[in-house]
Amino acid sequence: MYQWDFAPVLANSGMLAAGLVNTLKLTATALAFGVPLGLGLALLRLSRFRLLSLPAGFVVEFFRTTPPLVQLFWFFFALPILISVEMTPFVAAAITFSIQSSAFFAEVFRAGIVSIDRGQSEAARALGMSGAQAMRRVVLPQAVKRMIPAFMERSIELMKTTTLVATVSYADLLFQANELAQKTFRPLEVFTVTALIYFVVIYAASLVVHRVERRLATSGETTVH
Amino acid sequence: MNHRWNFDAVWANPEALLAGAAGTLRIFAICLVLGLSLGLLVGLGRYSKRKWIYLPASAFVEFFRNTPVLVQILWFYFALPMLLPFEISPLMAAALGISLNSAAFSGEIFRGGIQSLERGQWEGAQALGMTQGQAMRRVILPQAIKRMLPALTNRAIEIFKMSTLASAVAYVELLQQGKLIASIHYNPIEAYAVIALLFFVFLYPMVQATYVLERRLRQGD
Amino acid sequence: MTDTPTPVPSAPLLRVTELRKQFGPAEVLKGIDLNVAPGDRIAILGASGSGKSTLLRCLNFMEKPSSGRVELGGSVVGTERMLRDGRVQTDYSERELTRVRQRVGMVFQQFNLFPHMTALGNVMEGLLTVKGLARELAATQARVQLARVGLADKADEYPARLSGGQKQRVAIARALAMEPELLLFDEPTSALDPELVGEVLRVIRALVDEGRTMLLVTHEVGFAYHFASRVLFIADGVIHEQGTPEEVLKHPRQARTQAFLARHNEFNF
Repeated sequence: MYQWDFAPVLANSGMLAAGLVNTLKLTATALAFGVPLGLGLALLRLSRFRLLSLPAGFVVEFFRTTPPLVQLFWFFFALPILISVEMTPFVAAAITFSIQSSAFFAEVFRAGIVSIDRGQSEAARALGMSGAQAMRRVVLPQAVKRMIPAFMERSIELMKTTTLVATVSYADLLFQANELAQKTFRPLEVFTVTALIYFVVIYAASLVVHRVERRLATSGETTVH
Repeated sequence: MNHRWNFDAVWANPEALLAGAAGTLRIFAICLVLGLSLGLLVGLGRYSKRKWIYLPASAFVEFFRNTPVLVQILWFYFALPMLLPFEISPLMAAALGISLNSAAFSGEIFRGGIQSLERGQWEGAQALGMTQGQAMRRVILPQAIKRMLPALTNRAIEIFKMSTLASAVAYVELLQQGKLIASIHYNPIEAYAVIALLFFVFLYPMVQATYVLERRLRQGD
Repeated sequence: MTDTPTPVPSAPLLRVTELRKQFGPAEVLKGIDLNVAPGDRIAILGASGSGKSTLLRCLNFMEKPSSGRVELGGSVVGTERMLRDGRVQTDYSERELTRVRQRVGMVFQQFNLFPHMTALGNVMEGLLTVKGLARELAATQARVQLARVGLADKADEYPARLSGGQKQRVAIARALAMEPELLLFDEPTSALDPELVGEVLRVIRALVDEGRTMLLVTHEVGFAYHFASRVLFIADGVIHEQGTPEEVLKHPRQARTQAFLARHNEFNF
């Protein structure tokens, strides 16, 4: 009968806490870059000029279709050599997840923008607004409101995807867990606690998303997924 | 950028890549079958009126949807053996993690698909004197499956991409072979680029096919 | 506040020559010639698919003409160039078209109010973003326009809280705020419940009294009779018959015009 012993885990909880902080730091950084990049990609994809829309479309499709771990390995091991720049694991991971999440955010943005009735942009243009003004003043404000739930879901997905950095030795929560398991020879306790930490954080986040979805639904806003 | 791209070393021993591809397909097939069939049970379980079925099924879905797959894989590989008298191979650990995760997601897809059918279908079947089981089998599921097909094919594509996570426990699939080639020939730029391209070339047509499928199904409604 | 431009006696405000519009293989407008003088009120009638909405939308370039010439205030819109085979092609730049649209206002069948702005916000949006007025000034002018359509008390309401008729009146105020030389109405009452049509038509009547230049596509034959100085009946992409309301609506000469009016006068008691 296995003897459970959580003492070593609790004794080293600081290690895990540091890992959690790094996980959140990485997620926040990737979001900060991924969202605006995603908006840019979406607008490019919606452009009339094929010179802009086709490459943007390719980037989006490529980063949505290839496995994130392969992307991470390429950005972590290959990119530094290619551009002769040394990168810390954090930077390589931040770049990877910024671009990777931007591809998904681009789709959310695009779906949101396209879901706005054509009459809105027609009315805006009939007033004499340029395409950019119509997008900025009329279409985007309405689109963003609809896309909030999808955004939040994508952000939670991003948090889950960041665990991949444990394989390239960035000290996120999962990496710390692995280190701790090896140090204390208590993988069962360590990994169980780690799984629970992830569960609590992510489940709480998803409850927030549901609350926001319900609030938007009652105020009469349709949402895009 | 003064790197001279050279892909020769990557293609030099195709057996390595083929072994990787075989491994990828094997784990994909296992996880697809396990994930979807378990998912169907879980989905039906969440639809049940009996608490002792409904609650565990819900707990299962909530837990495996809200924890990262890699955490699950490592748990099965490092933690579970402590409780069992036998070893867990990389394949078993990865397959367990990916399958259970997929079961949770596809369970939700199944539940949503069943729920999306109007009450009228249930009532029509009931009026004919069918039991709930018969109604589910003969009337509800056949229609629901049609609606769920796009979401399920998306799930299958996700499972295929998740196969790369098995490399974290050194299971021989495409990415693992990519790592091998990169470490032998010191060419991570080309090696990982080729792996990415292989996935893209294989998956992109699948993704397009799901769009076509989705459009075709929507027309039939 | 001046809102009607001083009419230039010689040049028409709008001159359309040989306007054609194609959508793919289908030619919807097959050569329209039209002169609009300042103060003209033109009602455009026709069956569905006759091309009347397309014509209107070509006049503020929501659709770009496939061929033909549009002159606004005496100058040609777009740049014309001669092709090798002698045909003339007109290139339209978005920048020029946005300037044209500041001078030509449009009211839509579906109102197309901006739901994320209040009524006041909608009316002042053009002044703020397109004309670059300061917020205070734009708001003041917008309030004046809202008062003119009788909705001063609804300035801070969002479109979702307004009735269809109120929404359309806000839309008219929004177009008026830009002080356009020409106002286009694309079936402004077709999407309204019958009891709300009146309030919109009353507002349009008031614009008639101001001497505004307007083109109105409508199904309301009775209103067209009282509103218009000229009536156009469009069929098969051309102007089938045109003249004063008395001529076209009471004594139509063409068979198709007569048939159309017979169908639409069924319920006129």
